[in-house]
Amino acid sequence: MSAVLAHDARVRVGGMCVRLTTTSTRFAGILEQRFAGFMEPGREADYTFEVEVVDPRSDAPDADVRVWREEGLWRIERGDFRAVLDPRTRRGRIRQAASPYSIDTLLRILHTLSLADEGGFLLHAASVVRAGRAQVFTGVSGAGKTTLSRLAPPGADVLTDEISYIRREAGGYVAYGTPFAGELARPGANVRAPIEGIYLLSKGPRNRVDEVAAPAAARALLGNILFFAEDPALVRRVFAAALDAVESLPVRRLTFVPDASVWEVL
Amino acid sequence: MTRYIARSPDVAARTIGGELMIMSGRDSSLFSLNETAAALWEAADGATPLAGIVDRAICARFDVAREEALADAEALAEDLARHGILVVSEAPIPR
Repeated sequence: MSAVLAHDARVRVGGMCVRLTTTSTRFAGILEQRFAGFMEPGREADYTFEVEVVDPRSDAPDADVRVWREEGLWRIERGDFRAVLDPRTRRGRIRQAASPYSIDTLLRILHTLSLADEGGFLLHAASVVRAGRAQVFTGVSGAGKTTLSRLAPPGADVLTDEISYIRREAGGYVAYGTPFAGELARPGANVRAPIEGIYLLSKGPRNRVDEVAAPAAARALLGNILFFAEDPALVRRVFAAALDAVESLPVRRLTFVPDASVWEVL
Repeated sequence: MTRYIARSPDVAARTIGGELMIMSGRDSSLFSLNETAAALWEAADGATPLAGIVDRAICARFDVAREEALADAEALAEDLARHGILVVSEAPIPR
């Protein structure tokens, strides 16, 4: 009898390393491709998951994601995956098909759960670093996140065109690059930078930046934060994280025409 | 019928920019309360009858007729209770 060799992939995003073990060579290849630039072999893991790769389910592939806590364990399910995480040991199991989309979603959810404990969050937003400072551009699908990212000036680092990773650290709020891509379909730059400000995106006839009142800024942020769990304690932490950010960071509205001139007003 | 109201423990609430924002822990719905609604929320201690809260927190501070204020308060309390951010009861609500 021969032992089945387990693959060991370590995906580090926002300073948090997730170790994924699998016996599926095909899935290991998918991970290498999907999270290129964010794989850190040998890095000490903050979370460890054993991934069981199964045939795709056909009964409920489009079901909504559900995240809930049961008997001290986090349970995460969608039509295409099931996962369980023990938050005390930071170990869990994932059962999914060999799909990059399933593991991508699971990692996003894991990061939302972890970030909420420390006052951070994932935001539907593009973020770009210029001169060592990150600007975060938030909006719903179609608001212009990918457009702004494509128009970023030479020398700028695009951290993401889809999901911004925002952490509260000792010196203030910091944005991290993520592999969670939108229409650009490529991972962001794996760098970090202190946040200069958050911009609420809207398209208009000319480029302009306007101040936003704190309640409106809070509503916008809360509407765009990735948030899945049906858990009152987590709701309170996400609410506090969003309002703390509004009270600490400049939040402005960016109205823009979709060409490179937008960067002149930023 | 005497009614009592209490703030639900399963919510997050904070005043920001002069506006009271409340998020339901049950369904994550977000509410912004105006000044009178915020006064009602702040006074919802579970021990004071709703009519007493209207007298003390609404009629004493805002220019509004008592009957109108009480009807508005009852409707608001029912609405907030439906979203799980306020508890309404016919008996005092232990904290």
